[in-house]
Amino acid sequence: MATEVNGGIDSSVARTEVLRRIRAANGRPVEGANVAEQWSGIQREYQRSATRSREEILDLLEDRLHDYDANVVRTDESGIAATVAKLLTERGRRKIVIPPGLNPAWLPEGFDFVVDEGAPSAELDGFEGVMTASTSAIAITGSVILQNVPGQGRRAISLIPDYHLCFVRVEDVVETVPEAIAGLKERSILPTTFFAGPSATADIEMTRIKGVHGPRFLDIILVG
Amino acid sequence: MNPATTVLDPKTSPTFPMAARATLEDTQLRKNVRHATEVIQNKRARVVGEMPDWQQLRESGRQIRQHTMDNLDFYLEEFERNCTRAGGQVHWARDGEEAKRIVTALVKASGSSEVIKIKSMTTEEIHLNLTLEAAGIRAYETDLAELIIQLGNDQPSHIVVPALHKNRQQIREIFQREMNLPELGEKPQDLADAARKFLREKFLRVKTAVSGANYLIAETGGVCIVESEGNGRMCLTLPDTLITIAGIDKVLPRFEDLEVMLQLLPRSATGERMNPYNSIWTGVREGDGPKNFHVVLMDNARTEVLADSEGRQTLNCIRCGACQNACPVYRQTGGHAYGSVYAGPIGAILTPQLQQLHHAQTLPYASSLCGACYEVCPVKINIPEVLIHLRNKVVQQKGPLNPEALAMKTAGAIFRSESRFRAAQRLGRFAETPLIRRDGNGDGWIGWLPGLLGGWTQVRDLKEMPKETFREWWEKRGSRGN
Amino acid sequence: MEVGLRVSLFITCYNDTLFPETGKAVVRVLERLGHTVEFPAGQTCCGQMHWNTGYQAEALPLVGRFVEQFRHAEAVVVPSSSCVAMMRDHYPKMAEEIGDRKLISEVAELLPRVYEFSEFLTKRLGLEDVGAYYPHRVTYHASCHGLRNLGLGDGPLRLLRSVKGIDLVEIESMEQCCGFGGTFAVKNADVSSAMLAEKTTAVLNTGAEACTACDNSCLMHIQGALHRQRTGVRTVHLAEILASGEEGVL
Repeated sequence: MATEVNGGIDSSVARTEVLRRIRAANGRPVEGANVAEQWSGIQREYQRSATRSREEILDLLEDRLHDYDANVVRTDESGIAATVAKLLTERGRRKIVIPPGLNPAWLPEGFDFVVDEGAPSAELDGFEGVMTASTSAIAITGSVILQNVPGQGRRAISLIPDYHLCFVRVEDVVETVPEAIAGLKERSILPTTFFAGPSATADIEMTRIKGVHGPRFLDIILVG
Repeated sequence: MNPATTVLDPKTSPTFPMAARATLEDTQLRKNVRHATEVIQNKRARVVGEMPDWQQLRESGRQIRQHTMDNLDFYLEEFERNCTRAGGQVHWARDGEEAKRIVTALVKASGSSEVIKIKSMTTEEIHLNLTLEAAGIRAYETDLAELIIQLGNDQPSHIVVPALHKNRQQIREIFQREMNLPELGEKPQDLADAARKFLREKFLRVKTAVSGANYLIAETGGVCIVESEGNGRMCLTLPDTLITIAGIDKVLPRFEDLEVMLQLLPRSATGERMNPYNSIWTGVREGDGPKNFHVVLMDNARTEVLADSEGRQTLNCIRCGACQNACPVYRQTGGHAYGSVYAGPIGAILTPQLQQLHHAQTLPYASSLCGACYEVCPVKINIPEVLIHLRNKVVQQKGPLNPEALAMKTAGAIFRSESRFRAAQRLGRFAETPLIRRDGNGDGWIGWLPGLLGGWTQVRDLKEMPKETFREWWEKRGSRGN
Repeated sequence: MEVGLRVSLFITCYNDTLFPETGKAVVRVLERLGHTVEFPAGQTCCGQMHWNTGYQAEALPLVGRFVEQFRHAEAVVVPSSSCVAMMRDHYPKMAEEIGDRKLISEVAELLPRVYEFSEFLTKRLGLEDVGAYYPHRVTYHASCHGLRNLGLGDGPLRLLRSVKGIDLVEIESMEQCCGFGGTFAVKNADVSSAMLAEKTTAVLNTGAEACTACDNSCLMHIQGALHRQRTGVRTVHLAEILASGEEGVL
C-alpha cells in the first residue's frame, strides 16, 4: 500500500525495507489470527475492577483532587446553576466559553456565557474561563477525562483559558484506570484528554510547580 | 562551566571512563544529580508502595511489550491502516537521516519557517533541530526542561527530566539572559511563570508543530502523549500541521493496553499516580486540532536490536527513566558522561546497540551490575543480563590480541586446572613481595599496582596475600574436627 | 534442625587466595552445628569474572568443572553471594549453550543444593542463633547480588541480631552498591571510587568498629578505602563474626 505523496514524499521503498528487516529479525512473517490469540494470552492479574464502596470512591476522588490544588464542590442536579454562580463569583470571572451541547439549565444569570463556534486561538485567549462537562473521572489518580462530544467540546477551549470549571457526574466516577479505559473503548478514536489537577512541572530542582501552560485554576462540581 | 556545548553524539563522544572522570569534578552537577534522583526515587517508592498489584502490572507490561516486538510488522501495518483511515498520513524512514529529510520536507510543505516542539527523545537522538536550523527552520522547544537546555546551549542528561543537572540559580541565569528578564526572581514559580509568558505567544502563533509519541495505538490508529506541563496539549491542538515522529518501537497493540502503560509510566517516571495531562487523538478531526497530521515511523537501527535475541528486550523500554534514578553510577556521573541522549542503565544498553557496537563500546562496562535498574524497570528489562551480553560482543569484536584478552585467556587456563591454580597462587605471593609495605601492626599492604590493575590502588589499599591459602590450611589439618 | 549433614565447601577462588580466614570460619561454624565439612580439592573458580567481563568462552568450561567437583555433595555452601548468583542466574543457560544434555540435567539437579552461607543457615537449617559471641559495634552492608539476585532479605541481619554481645547499627542506604562490581573497580576506577566514598562515609557515620557483609569482594573494596584513609575501621565477613565464640574472639 503506497503512502500518500505530500510535499513530494514517497516512503514506500523505506516501508518495504523496514518491514522486511522486522520479518528477518523475527524469523518469520506474522499471521493475523495468531497475533490476536497471542494477545489474548497476555497475563493480566492486576486489579481491573473496583474494590472500594461508591462513597469511598467519591471521597478518594475528592482527596486526590485536593492534593492537586483543585477545588471540589458537591451538589445535586437542582443546585448546579447556583453552585456555578457561587464559584464564578468567588473567582471573579464573568466571560466564560462553553461547548455546544452544555445543559442551559446549568447556566446562572449574570454571567457572559459564550457558546464556542470554532473561534481562533487568540480569541479564546480573551475568555476568563471555560466550563465543560466530562466523560469520566478516576478516583485513585484524581484524573478527569474529556472527549470531543456535546457538553465537552473541542480540546482548545479547555486548554487556552486560565480557569476551568468542570462538571463530574457521580455515576461517571470509577475507581481504577482499567475501568476508565474500558469506558472509553467504544469512542476511543475521539480526541481525548486526561487531566489530573492543574498543569505542573517538576523540572526545576524537582519542586512541583503549578501552572506552566494549561488552566492554572480548576474547580470541580461533583454532581449527584 | 557547561561541558556539553557540542551535540551528544556517540560517534564522537569520549569513552565513558574519560567522560566520567571530567564530570566527577563538577561538584555542582553532582549535587544537583544526587538531589534530583533522590527526590524522584522517594516519590516513586511511595506511589509504587501504594499498589498491591505492582508486580502483576510489571509482568503484564513486560508481556505486552514482548508481544509487540514479536509481532512488530503486524502492528505497524495495522497502525498505518487505521491512522490513514482517520485522515493521518504515515511515512516510513529507514534511518535518522531519512527521517530528518521527511520532517524537513513536511515542515516546508506546511508553509512555516518555525516549528514548536514537544520534548521528544527520538528527535534528540537524531539531532533534528540542527538539521531544521540548517534548512532555515527555527525550532522552539516548549517543554520547560528542553527550553532550559536549548536556551543554555546544552544537552539533555536524563530521559524524563533533561535539565536535572541544573539548579534554579543556573536556570535563572539562562532565562535572565535569553528572555531578557534582568529582574527575574529566583523561586521556581518565578521561573515557570517566565517560561509560560515566553512560550504562550508562540503557542498562539506558530502554525506547525513537531512531536514525538509515547504510544502509537495499532488497534485504533490513535497516538497517545503523556506529559506534565500542557505544552504538549498546546502543540498537539493549536497548530495547522502536526508532525509526529516515533521510533517503530512505540507501537502498542490495543487501546486496552493503555490501562497497563498509564499506570506503569507515571509512577515510574515522575513518581506520580498520574501525570497532569494525557492526550489521545486519532488522525484528523474536523474542527478539533491540526488539519494536517503526519506520522513518521523511524527504524534507525531498532531492527538491528530486534534481530539480537538477547538484546531485543532493550526495545521494550517505555522511556520512564526510573533506571537512571536508581543507578548508583548515574548518581555520581550524571547523564552527559554517557555521551548519548540515552544515558544511565538504558543508555548503556540502547546506545551501543543503536550504534551496532561500532561506537559506545565502553558503555556496557559503565555499570557495577548491581541490578537496581532491573528492580525498578516497569517492564522488567533485565538490564544486567543485556550488559553482560553486550560485553561479550565487545570482547569478540576486539579480538584476542590485546592485553586484557591475553590476561583473561591466561586466567581462564589457570582456572581449568587445580595444579595451575595453585601455582598461580604461589606466583602471586612471590610477585607481590616488592610491592608490600608493612603497617604498624606488621601487616602488609600494597599501595601501588602496575598496569591494568593500577585503577585499584588509585584510592584503595590492597592487603597482602595471606601466607597460606585456605586449601593449604585444609590439607594440613585433614578433615578432623576443631 | 538437621544435624550430621555432609556439607561440601566451595571456597571460591578469591576467598581461597585472599580470605582463607573466611573459609576457616565457615568450617568452624558448620562443625559447631554438628555437620561434617568436605573440600573437593579440584575446585577453582565459578567463572564470574570472565562471564561478567564478556569473556564467555573462557567461563563455559568452569560449569562442567564445578559439576564434576560437587555432583555428589549433599549440600554445597559458598561464602560468597555473587558466586552463587553467578551459578543460579547463568549456569543453566551456559549449559544450554554448551549443548551437553547430561550437563544440562546435572546443573538443574545440583543447583537447588547450592547455598550461599547465610542462606544455608537461615533457609536450609532454619537457624538464627548459631552460638556466636562478638562484643563489637558492627554495621551490615547488603551486597547487591545477595540482596537482589539471591533474595537474602533480612536473613543476614537476623543472624547478626542473634550474636551475643553485638552492637548492631543500621547503615544509611544499606542497599546502595559499594562500587566494586568486579572489573568495574579497575576499568572505571574513578566512578568506583566515588561510589565507594559514599559507602565509607555511611560506614563511618555509624560509629561502627567493623563493617560486615556476605561478600569479601565488597569488603575488600570497602576495606581498601577504610585503610587508605587510616580510619581505624575494619571489615569482617559475616562468617567470621558467626564463628567467634566466647573462647576466642576473632
